[in-house]
Amino acid sequence: MPVFDLSKSSLRDLNQALHALTDGDNDTAFEVVNPRGSHAIAVGIDEPVTVDVHGSTGYYCAGMNDGGTVTVHGSAGPGVAENMMSGTVIIEGDASQYAGATGRGGLLVIKGNAASRCGISMKGIDIVVHGNIGHMSAFMAQAGHLVVLGDAGDALGDSLYEAKIFVRGSVKSLGSDCIEKEMRPEHIDALQDLLKRAGVTDVSPEEFKRYGSARKLYNFNIDNADAY
Amino acid sequence: MCGIVGLFLKDKSLEPQLGTLLADMLVTMTDRGPDSAGLAIYSGTDGKTLKVTVQSAEPEADFEGLAEALAAAGYPASVTVKSTHAVIALQAASADGIRETLARIRPSLRVMGVGESVEIYKETGLPADVIDRFDIRAMSGSHGIGHTRMATESAVTTLGAHPFSTGADQCLVHNGSLSNHNNLRRALIREGIAFETENDTEVGAAYLSAAMAGGKDLGEALDGALSDLDGFFTFVVGTKSGFGVLRDPIACKPAVMAETDQYVAFGSEYRALVGLPGIETARVWEPEPATVYFWDHEKAA
Repeated sequence: MPVFDLSKSSLRDLNQALHALTDGDNDTAFEVVNPRGSHAIAVGIDEPVTVDVHGSTGYYCAGMNDGGTVTVHGSAGPGVAENMMSGTVIIEGDASQYAGATGRGGLLVIKGNAASRCGISMKGIDIVVHGNIGHMSAFMAQAGHLVVLGDAGDALGDSLYEAKIFVRGSVKSLGSDCIEKEMRPEHIDALQDLLKRAGVTDVSPEEFKRYGSARKLYNFNIDNADAY
Repeated sequence: MCGIVGLFLKDKSLEPQLGTLLADMLVTMTDRGPDSAGLAIYSGTDGKTLKVTVQSAEPEADFEGLAEALAAAGYPASVTVKSTHAVIALQAASADGIRETLARIRPSLRVMGVGESVEIYKETGLPADVIDRFDIRAMSGSHGIGHTRMATESAVTTLGAHPFSTGADQCLVHNGSLSNHNNLRRALIREGIAFETENDTEVGAAYLSAAMAGGKDLGEALDGALSDLDGFFTFVVGTKSGFGVLRDPIACKPAVMAETDQYVAFGSEYRALVGLPGIETARVWEPEPATVYFWDHEKAA
């Protein structure tokens, strides 16, 4: 099993080793120790490899992940799993700003809290946060699911498109064009599946409220001017 | 970008290490801004001495005979020269008019900061060079803040470096950019406040100093900044015995804090904090937007 000690080897060595993997390689379980908040750890993975990072990471950990499983046994800095395509990223601690931003697929699980702008402009990624999320989360979110077991900060889902948001706790305020919506059976089913995939077993989907777009901002209408 | 660090010690046994700890934190943040660097170190007060930190472009000429010239002008003082800076220590009780006197006897000197506790060192260049030049690692103290600058709002000069100090023992470092600094500067000038640069951060610092001169405490002054300052900011401020943090309501400039029984620390990134003792078990969090955080030795005591 390849082990990269970032106090001894360079970040570039780690990322190049990950990029050099090809279909059928046997070394598919990487360990990273002493990350010390380094930026861009395990970015650009495009094989079904697992990476366990022991410690806290800096900016853009696991960015653009396509098929890998990255676990951070610590907290993650800004932009974790940004633009993920597929695969799984798990943060055992907290995540900083814009976790999962612009993600197109895959699953991001944050076991602690996430800061502001979690899931900003998400485009198909599924994000499950065990704790709370900060302000302006799911801003302009286009597709995918954001599930929050704790509370949400100000302006949740501002200028939301078709992403679905499920919050179990309180919502400090909803952003423009974001409204609470009915939980129908298909939403319960989808949420049940997401919770299961994120390792949440003690919470029932019926405890959540669903939020989505009122779709008033899709086309300009002078009667909605106040909402822009 | 800019990089900010701050360290407020609760445990006195760490005080001899303050300079080294803060220096390591700032060097780690070098790649957030290579244009200039600076630190403010608070090393306590005996209640009788006032320290004036001055900077000179021609230190040999300006600092030669400075102590004698000050004594002749009625300000007996000790002068400790460190590279381009010197710390003038004089009796606090007789310090009125020291700025005017310095402007008269050494017009080329620039006053970096004045206070009972604070010393401020800043120059253009990388943090590691600035730290070596002023032997920061050897300094002890109770708290300090540092900044490495990526210049956006004004020229790359010594005076454009942070920290900015606009009141006794007060100083401020800033990551961000203020959009209403010109208007605010005009308003503060009308109130009689003088400015030395075109820098937006100097306006932020002067705004807080003016508010405190008007009777507010630092916490109230920072509260006012939330409504009066427009733009992006993460501020870390120092006072004689205190240490504060404030982010604007959008809070897109990065900030991370750590607290243990021994200290409170601030960094623009977690990387800045990884060398601190006990960081593995510290409480680490991201300060909330529009929320004033403040610690004070006097209030804790």
